[in-house]
Amino acid sequence: MSRTMNLTLNVWRQKDSKDSGEFEKYTEECKDISEHMSFLEMLDVVNERLIEKGKLPIAFDSDCREGICGTCSMVINGRPHGPWKKTTACQLHMREYKDGDVLYIEPWRAKSFPVLQDLMVDREALDSIVQAGGYISTNCGSAPDANSIQIGKEISDAAMDAAACIGCGACVAACPNSSAMLFTAAKLSHMNTLPQGKPEVAKRTIAMVEAMDKAGFGNCSNHLECEAACPKDIKATVIAEMNRGYAKASLLKR
Amino acid sequence: MSWFGNYIKSSIGAKHLMAITGLMLLGFVLAHMLGNLQIFMGQAAINAYAVKLQSLGVLLWIMRGGLVLAVLVHIYSAMRLVSMNSAARPVKYKMAFKDKSSFASRTMKWGGIILILFLIFHLVQLTLGGGPLKANFNLLDEYGRHDVYNMTVLGFQNVAVAASYLVAMLVLCFHLSHGVTSLFQSLGINHPKYNGMIKMAGPSIATLVLIGNCSMPIAVLAGWVKATV
Repeated sequence: MSRTMNLTLNVWRQKDSKDSGEFEKYTEECKDISEHMSFLEMLDVVNERLIEKGKLPIAFDSDCREGICGTCSMVINGRPHGPWKKTTACQLHMREYKDGDVLYIEPWRAKSFPVLQDLMVDREALDSIVQAGGYISTNCGSAPDANSIQIGKEISDAAMDAAACIGCGACVAACPNSSAMLFTAAKLSHMNTLPQGKPEVAKRTIAMVEAMDKAGFGNCSNHLECEAACPKDIKATVIAEMNRGYAKASLLKR
Repeated sequence: MSWFGNYIKSSIGAKHLMAITGLMLLGFVLAHMLGNLQIFMGQAAINAYAVKLQSLGVLLWIMRGGLVLAVLVHIYSAMRLVSMNSAARPVKYKMAFKDKSSFASRTMKWGGIILILFLIFHLVQLTLGGGPLKANFNLLDEYGRHDVYNMTVLGFQNVAVAASYLVAMLVLCFHLSHGVTSLFQSLGINHPKYNGMIKMAGPSIATLVLIGNCSMPIAVLAGWVKATV
C-alpha cells in the first residue's frame, strides 16, 4: 500500500523581479500526495490543479530531474534543496513527509540572484565568475594522446571532488551572508589542482575572485552552512585553498 | 601599489586583515593572561612584573601602538564585512534552518561589540585609573611600587566588577572559539593531516583563556587570594 498525505504549502509567489512578492498558502491543491512522488512531481501535481482552477501555476526551475544539472533551486523549510543531505530538490521524495506537514517553499535569496518569478532566480552571477577564469587555455585540433600527462591519483581525486560542483547556487542560498565562496573555490580547486590548469593559476584566481566580488555576493564567515547544503558534498576546505591561493597570486606573483 | 590596494579591498583581503589582526590580539590575550596569573604567586611577584613591563619604555609603546592599530583594523574590517554581508541578502528567509553554524559563529558581531565596550571599561579602570574604583589605583606597596596586586584583589572583591569580568570572559570565549579556528581557514592554513587539530584549536584555546582569566576573580571572591591592605 502506498501512503498518501495532505499537505499545507506556503509558496513564495512573485510576479517578476520588480514585484515585492509574498507567501501564498495552498491546502486544497496539495491533497492525496503519494509518498512515491519526487518533490518536483508533487509541485507538478499542485500546478496541474492550479491550472484546472484557472490560476497561475507556480514557476520553478528544473531540468534533468536526476540530480546532476543543478537547475532546481528552492529552499524548503529553510534548507536549500530540502532536508536530505547531498541531494538536490528533484531527488528529494515525498516519503520524507507525513500527513499534515506544513511546508514553506522559498527561492534562493541573494541580491546577486534576482527573483525572475516565484521560485525562479537569475543565476547569471555564477556564470560571470566562470567566464572570468573558469577555463584552461589549450591548443585545439586533434585530441592529445591518452595519459600523456601523468596525474597522481590523489591529485585527480581532489580535482574531481571539486569538479562535482553543479553550480546550483545552494551554497549562496544557505550562507547567512549570501557568499559564493564555496562555488568559486570549487571551480578554482578543480582547475588549479590539475596540471592542465597550472599555467594560469594566478591569473585565474585573481580574475574569478574579482568577478565574485563584483557580482555583489557576501563574504565567508566560516559558518559552514554551504557545506551542509551542498548537494555534491563540496567541502569548505576548498575555500581555505582559495584564500591561500588568492594571497599568493596577489602578493607573490608578477 | 595598486595590486596591494586591490588585495586589501577584496573580500578575501578583508578576511585576511581580520585574521592577522585577530592573531595579534590573540597573542596579546594570551600574554596578558599569563602575566596576570602571577597574582597567584603573590604580591611581590606581580608587582615586580608590572614594574618590569613599565620599564620596557619604547618597546612598550611599540606594542601598545601595534595593539591599538590591530584593534582599529579589526573593527574597521569587521564593519566593512558586516555591511557587505547584510547588503548581499536584502530579503531574509521566512524559515532559516541552521545546520552547521554555531551560536559562536552567529554572534561574532555582538561578541565584538560587547568586547570593545568591556575593553574601554577595563582600560579606564585599570590602566588610566578612572571610574568607580579610583582609590585602589593609587595604592603603593612597601617598596613604593604601583600595587597591582591589591588593586586587582580589592577590585574583584566588588561583586559587580567581578561579575562584569566573568561575563566579558564568557563572551571572549565564544568569540575566540569561532575566531581562532576561522583565522586558519581565512589564511588558508589547511591540510588534511592537521584539519582536526585546527578545528579543535578555537574551542580549546577559548576554554583555556576562559579558565585562566576567570580563575582570578573567582579566587578573590572565594577568598583564596586575599588583599594585604
